[in-house]
Amino acid sequence: MTWAEFLPLFFLAVMGLSLLAYVVLDGYDLGVGLLLPLVNDVDKDTLIASIGPFWDANETWLVLGVGVLLIAFPMAHGMVLQALYLPVAMMLIGLILRGVAFDFRVKAPTRYKPFWNRAFFAGSLMASTSQGWMLGSYITGFDPGALGWAFSLGVALTLPAAYVLLGAGWLIMKTEGALQARAVAWARRALWPMGTALVVISIATPLAKPAVMAKWFALPQVFALLPVPMMCALAFFAMRWVVTRPEVIRAGYGWVVFANTVLIFVLAFFGLAYSIFPDIVMGRMTVWEAAISTASLNVIFFGVAITLPVIIGYTVFMYRVFWGKAGSLSYK
Amino acid sequence: MELDALILSRMQFGANISFHILFPTITIAMGWFLLFFRLRFLQTRNAAWEAAYYFWTKVFALTFALGVVSGIVMSFQFGTNWPGFMERTGNIAGPLLGYEVLTAFFLEASFLGIMLFGRGRVSERVHLAATFLVALGTTLSAFWILSLNSWMHTPAGFEIVNGQFIPTDWLAVVFNPSFPYRFTHTLLASALTASFLIAGLSAWQLLKGSATQGTYKAMRAAIFTAATVIPLQFIVGDLHGLNTLQYQPAKIAAMEGIWETERGAPLTLFGIPDEAAGTTHYAVKIPKLGSLILTHELDSEIRGLNEFKGAHPPVAPVFYAFRLMVGVGSLMLLVAGYSAWRLWSQRRAPKISLPRTHLWVLAGMTFSGWVATLSGWYVTEIGRQPFLVYGLMRTSEAATTVPPPYVAFTLTAYLLVYGLLLITYVGVLKYMAEHPTEHAPDAPRGALLGKAGV
Repeated sequence: MTWAEFLPLFFLAVMGLSLLAYVVLDGYDLGVGLLLPLVNDVDKDTLIASIGPFWDANETWLVLGVGVLLIAFPMAHGMVLQALYLPVAMMLIGLILRGVAFDFRVKAPTRYKPFWNRAFFAGSLMASTSQGWMLGSYITGFDPGALGWAFSLGVALTLPAAYVLLGAGWLIMKTEGALQARAVAWARRALWPMGTALVVISIATPLAKPAVMAKWFALPQVFALLPVPMMCALAFFAMRWVVTRPEVIRAGYGWVVFANTVLIFVLAFFGLAYSIFPDIVMGRMTVWEAAISTASLNVIFFGVAITLPVIIGYTVFMYRVFWGKAGSLSYK
Repeated sequence: MELDALILSRMQFGANISFHILFPTITIAMGWFLLFFRLRFLQTRNAAWEAAYYFWTKVFALTFALGVVSGIVMSFQFGTNWPGFMERTGNIAGPLLGYEVLTAFFLEASFLGIMLFGRGRVSERVHLAATFLVALGTTLSAFWILSLNSWMHTPAGFEIVNGQFIPTDWLAVVFNPSFPYRFTHTLLASALTASFLIAGLSAWQLLKGSATQGTYKAMRAAIFTAATVIPLQFIVGDLHGLNTLQYQPAKIAAMEGIWETERGAPLTLFGIPDEAAGTTHYAVKIPKLGSLILTHELDSEIRGLNEFKGAHPPVAPVFYAFRLMVGVGSLMLLVAGYSAWRLWSQRRAPKISLPRTHLWVLAGMTFSGWVATLSGWYVTEIGRQPFLVYGLMRTSEAATTVPPPYVAFTLTAYLLVYGLLLITYVGVLKYMAEHPTEHAPDAPRGALLGKAGV
């Protein structure tokens, strides 16, 4: 492979990993936003305190992911974002509401706090369902028919459920006592709907897309790929084991829920990447067709190679600084 | 005028960027104010500096959040509303935007968490470093964005191959001819916007009896900054004008309302430009001054709008916006100069005592920086029309193919949300100024307590 062929792949990987980082990181804080209406005012503060220092940086991964699409694959960027015009707008308005509600709910006069709490929930719901919708229509290659529509709707409902599980997993780690017990209960309830939906989507995708069917179910790949669904199933039952046994949580294994949800996200991501590659818009445009000139990619390549490790470094530092249980929100 | 996707997209982007720019224009300079407050506190251990730091940190966080969320919208609108822009200039715009995210956006977003919630969890030194990195991040962000924006005004360092802009010299791209002027002009505008906001809200606190020790410190710092910066701003603005005359003469002609090319052009103080008639009605003119200001020579030639038929910007908005910017700027010069003189005469006093009318004037000018920045931005951006990349690519060539009703729908939604947020933002600043101790700095800090493992 020449350097010119390699560079688009490198940026595809950076874009994919950024979007994966986004889905996991903003996923848990969107999930926490979706859980907000279920608790009283004191616990609402704790829930938001648990994500306060992180959400801003979490959201930046979305900007990087879409940024790389824009930077390295401008043709695909225009095509994808025009096809997703309305859900993108809905997601953006959701992200706006959520992002500002963080600050306004504690800085505005107290009588407006319930309004901003609701805005926080509504924003989280809008952002997560529209992301699901976008993912769904991306997988179908923006199929405008009824089947594509149904598939997108299915993903639009599944992604928030997955975020709820992720958010509950986060709260199991970040909270204590009664609130933690409630987080376990939320995880237990989100588990089956999310698991079922994932299985349905995994079956529907190859049925809807013959190209995907061919990639997954030809011999001998099918055996090489078998570990993917098997690991998903294992992760699922490990979570079920933890959330149905309070003594396991008490023994300090609460993190299993979060970690295994992340594992399922990662596996689903690689499954999807395998299904689509080497197209960047399924059936319409390959990675190499969409990429800008090698000279321009070179310019950003060195930037990414230097800055990305630094970014990951201080992200880890930040998580270490705020390691531990969330207390009550005392500042803003 | 038919409302097609182009005009709707322009309205949407215009609304979006107008809303967005309000917040970075505050945070870029306010980040450095915060660093200054923090440094002064660490030097003197005077609680007043710490109070100033924490009050303005809250304002900063709120403003930053609004800037982030509206900035994310802009990054998506390149694709949703202006796909043609990236398809043709992607080789240049892409890397510049990429460096913005990589070097600036992550930096500010990550260290803001530590700056806001990290006290008690990290050492004073690390906390100070976080404050510095946030200020640096906002400034770097402006660097990259304005580099791209300036390149669209004065494109350099590229060749056009098959309709695409291909970079040939990156230094020439980044440091294109208008960039040094636009970057400096914008940073100074930010310093003024933040200064007048700080001075204005502090004056409000003095008027409402909600001032703290921190109020006096912040107000002094803000007024002395404004008084230092505004003369510089006039000089830089003048240099920026010389540069614009060289590269975008049609914009200058629109700013000045000059229709016919002439030597020794007068300066039009005010008038009503009429594009259909090709003249400025009721013009109040000072002979020769136009040429003198624009070129620093009395009898030099200024090219008129009639030389740029079909390729000059809409005259009236550029003409009015320019006068508004200069007018507000002059008012700022007077108020900042006079206030600085008053404060200098009481520099040894522990408290500031200014007459109530003076405080009212300062409070009334809290958002004067917004007016000046927005009108300046309109001068430069509307002045670039009808081009997206000056002289080379028209705005109409970049527009989306999305159905117009979609764009109309999202435009309405954005306007509603922006309207709500703008009212709330101003209301919350007022509320915070009147209740500055509601979340006092010595309250338990750090959103997260306890360091037990997960």
